[in-house]
Amino acid sequence: MGGSASMLPRGALSEYQELTFLSKQEILLAYKRFSALLPKEERVNVCSARVPKSQILTLPELRANPFQHRICHVFSTSEDGDDSMSFEDFLDMLSVFSDSATSDIKSHYAFRIFDFDDDGTLDRKDLEKLVNCLTGQGEESRLSNMEMEQLIQNILEESDIDKDGTINLSEFQHVISRSPDFASSFKIIL
Amino acid sequence: MPFPSGARGPLGPSRGARWLRPGPGRAGGLLRRSPGPGAVRTPGAGRSGCAASPIRSPAPSFLLRRRAGFAPGTARRRERGAAGTGSAAAGCPGRPPSPCASRRTPMAMEHPAHLAPPGAAAWQEPGQGEQHPGYSTTLRILASMPSRTIGRSRGAIISQYYNRTARLRRQSSRPPLQQLCRAARPSLRQYDLETDPARATLEEKRNLLVKELLSLSPSQRSHMLLTVPLSLAEKRTLRRELSGQTSPPRQHTQHRAPSSPCGWSRGCVILGCRGLWYRLLSLLPAAELWHYSLKQIGGRFGSSVLSYFLFLKTLLMFNIISFLILLVFVVALQAAYPPASPSPPPFTGLELLTGVGSFTHSLLYYGYYSNTTLNDPCASGPNSSTCPLAAPPLPYNMPLAYVFSVGGSFLVTCVLLVYSMSRSFGESYRVGSSAGDLAIKVFCAWDFKVIQRRSVKLQCENICTQLKELLAEQRSRSRTRSLCQRLGHCAVLLLAWALSLGTVLGGVLAVHRVSQHMHTVQQELRARDSGRQPREAVLLVLPLAVSLLNTLLPHLYTLLARWERQDSPAARVYVAICRNLILKMVVLGLLCYQWLSRRVVCSTEECWETCVGQDLYRFMVMDFTFTLLDTLFRELLWRLILEKRLKRKQKPEFDIAQNVLELIYGQTLTWLGALFAPLLPAVQTLKLLLLFYIKKSSLMRNCRAPSTPWQASRMSTIFITLLCFPSFLGAAVFLSYTIWAVQPSETCGPFRGLETIYKSGQTWVQVLEKSNPNITWLTWVQQHLVENSFLLFFMSGVLLAVIYFNVQVVRGQRRIIRLLEEQIANEGEDKIFLIQKLHSVYERRERCA
Repeated sequence: MGGSASMLPRGALSEYQELTFLSKQEILLAYKRFSALLPKEERVNVCSARVPKSQILTLPELRANPFQHRICHVFSTSEDGDDSMSFEDFLDMLSVFSDSATSDIKSHYAFRIFDFDDDGTLDRKDLEKLVNCLTGQGEESRLSNMEMEQLIQNILEESDIDKDGTINLSEFQHVISRSPDFASSFKIIL
Repeated sequence: MPFPSGARGPLGPSRGARWLRPGPGRAGGLLRRSPGPGAVRTPGAGRSGCAASPIRSPAPSFLLRRRAGFAPGTARRRERGAAGTGSAAAGCPGRPPSPCASRRTPMAMEHPAHLAPPGAAAWQEPGQGEQHPGYSTTLRILASMPSRTIGRSRGAIISQYYNRTARLRRQSSRPPLQQLCRAARPSLRQYDLETDPARATLEEKRNLLVKELLSLSPSQRSHMLLTVPLSLAEKRTLRRELSGQTSPPRQHTQHRAPSSPCGWSRGCVILGCRGLWYRLLSLLPAAELWHYSLKQIGGRFGSSVLSYFLFLKTLLMFNIISFLILLVFVVALQAAYPPASPSPPPFTGLELLTGVGSFTHSLLYYGYYSNTTLNDPCASGPNSSTCPLAAPPLPYNMPLAYVFSVGGSFLVTCVLLVYSMSRSFGESYRVGSSAGDLAIKVFCAWDFKVIQRRSVKLQCENICTQLKELLAEQRSRSRTRSLCQRLGHCAVLLLAWALSLGTVLGGVLAVHRVSQHMHTVQQELRARDSGRQPREAVLLVLPLAVSLLNTLLPHLYTLLARWERQDSPAARVYVAICRNLILKMVVLGLLCYQWLSRRVVCSTEECWETCVGQDLYRFMVMDFTFTLLDTLFRELLWRLILEKRLKRKQKPEFDIAQNVLELIYGQTLTWLGALFAPLLPAVQTLKLLLLFYIKKSSLMRNCRAPSTPWQASRMSTIFITLLCFPSFLGAAVFLSYTIWAVQPSETCGPFRGLETIYKSGQTWVQVLEKSNPNITWLTWVQQHLVENSFLLFFMSGVLLAVIYFNVQVVRGQRRIIRLLEEQIANEGEDKIFLIQKLHSVYERRERCA
């Protein structure tokens, strides 16, 4: 790790340590993994380079995840909307998915990952997409239309406290707070 | 309010109106039909003309935007959009209806009726359904409500955190008003930024947040900065602004600016220490035991199987702690001052299984330990009180050390256990959590740790089956079973329970018989003076019988459960756990009774404590052997049979409940034996270490993840409770009874010649009082607090009262939560009602125009 670690400036390291939930070692590991994604000639300035989405998705931690596109999309700060990630975005993602991130911040990002149309609420369409992601793409493993309708109806009844037909962030966090398993399953370990 | 003839009456929330679906570009869930009675008609009104210019644009950027990446450019655009809608909401009602009201937005034309959900057309009056001019405006107002923007907009997040910071600061110390910066004055603090976003652009909001953050203490500030859900770049700007602004105000508001060289050097030392501490902290994850293995297991099998290994790790920690305590205070010192003992018989290898032979007179058992003061030169007599106590500089009284270290290790374990239990209770049972399985299932089902393609597919399938099962169950719940079916089910349940309890009873009787029989056999062997090995081998029969019972009966219970066909999988797991637990506890209870009453086992031994310790050692070793055999047969062989014979690609499931119960049983044995064999925790530590690697490799090769839903954290709460309640508490009661009421053996061990073990403490207190009259308070404490039963009653009374109060508090909180939920629902309905009103007013005006 020594070679790549020395390239990350010390000041930046401590700053990242202060601003993320990651430990120093995790940041260095993230740096190593991130620079491995870059082509050779770009490795000189890792901090300013952007890795395209297709390259990010080759990471084993994301490769098989059905929410991979959403994760890239939510954490990317790319201005031209190609969901490419800079090192800071990558750190951001690892920080949210890390062990020590609070359940509050985890549920905030989970909400944004599940909010497929980015409109700030989970509506029926979002829920349908979410369930389809969970059950997989296979034809036989999908829920029937009736089941889907019943499921979404139930979810809304259970979690839509203010009865406006959609689930907003605080309602979502309310549901999440009742499930202690969430914080342990919303984790990606590098 | 008069309504146009065509329109319907006042649209109260009770009316079954519906959401409309918006124009094409918008994938709006808000506008889709919500079938409940409290559903709503689409808000179509909004004085678009009054709004600021951005609102006239056909499709506001922030509504149509497909993404909410927080790139500065887009975000700023969104802010402006939100500002526009905000002023539309806030500014209009005050103004008179201006001519601009008639100016339609192009958006009005964009609403095609055919996009409305099926029922939506039902309420639309003819001639009204085609156009909803103010529709998009209201939609935009809705979409810019704080509750919705917080999930997507950066500005909203900043202002929410601004409010939160302000609240936090208000709670903590309240500095005098003059020292506050402008943004922090009460009038401004009360001022919710979101209500008037027009005035606060992103920059201003950020400045306000920075100002608020500056007034917090540094630790709170860095915590706040850490937990803001903004991108790292944004956080860095905030931090830079913060650090840029910290220094100037610091100087004139006198906080603790170290000016003297002493303070400076202290600061340096603190900084250095912190750096060192950070370095240590960053090393910790590497030192964490089995980090990579646990990640591997989690990545392939998910949290449920991982919970077994985490439980194993917890047990390992408990054992290492008690082992260290006993090692430092008892075993190591005794090893340094070995007592004179007969030369041990040669080591044969069978000792590892039986624990007798050359192990008998060793540090492993109670009988080896001396009853003298260890570093006392004149302590040759049987009684340590023959020597004046002040003679050695630091007398080390072995009996006391023994009893206090065992007690201390139990106390530490108890504290750790209660702590972890209360923490996991706090995590898994939230006050006021009502039913809501499906939502939790959908939102929390995905295990992001799982990274293998095959496991991901499996997880998908499992989730799908679970959802289907839950839905089917819900549908069938409405259908009630007939009386006959219910009676039949009850009969089956009763029969199954009778059978399982019967087998427990039979098993216990069998164990009793076997122990009696083996005892007579052993006495015969001893009378005939046959060789050592057969005599030792006979000792293994009882542990063998018990382990056999413990291994075979759970399989019977599994069959019973299959026959019972419990409705919910959770009930199935609980019933299985309950039956296994009853079996194990009853068998252990019988054994404890036999050991303490000394009627059957150990009745003829000179040193019964050693004998009990040996028995427990044998049970433990045998339990380990059977766990290994069980792993081999149930997992490996079954997998081979499935793969080779039945040609099925399925692997056997990993039975978490069964495996955890085995762990709990082993741990109970260790705790029971801690007094009689101080090195038993070490043996258990070794056993757990081996078990981890064996179970892990077996799991990786032979098993698949369980397909039944498994609430990992709730289950681990239950397991840790089981570890505490029957297991630890039972062991503690057993030990306390031994210490207080049972006479130790006459010729061996640290407590020889005493009536009970407790007496050793008593004599020590008396000796202490004699040697030093200043500490009579200790005697007083002992007489009045320990031996007086009043205190016990008083303490338990206080404890019960505290528990009662807590239960009451929880009940009150539950009631408040219910009220608040009701209130939120009411507010929601009010919101809907207002939107409808707005809509109808707009429609009316539309018609007049």
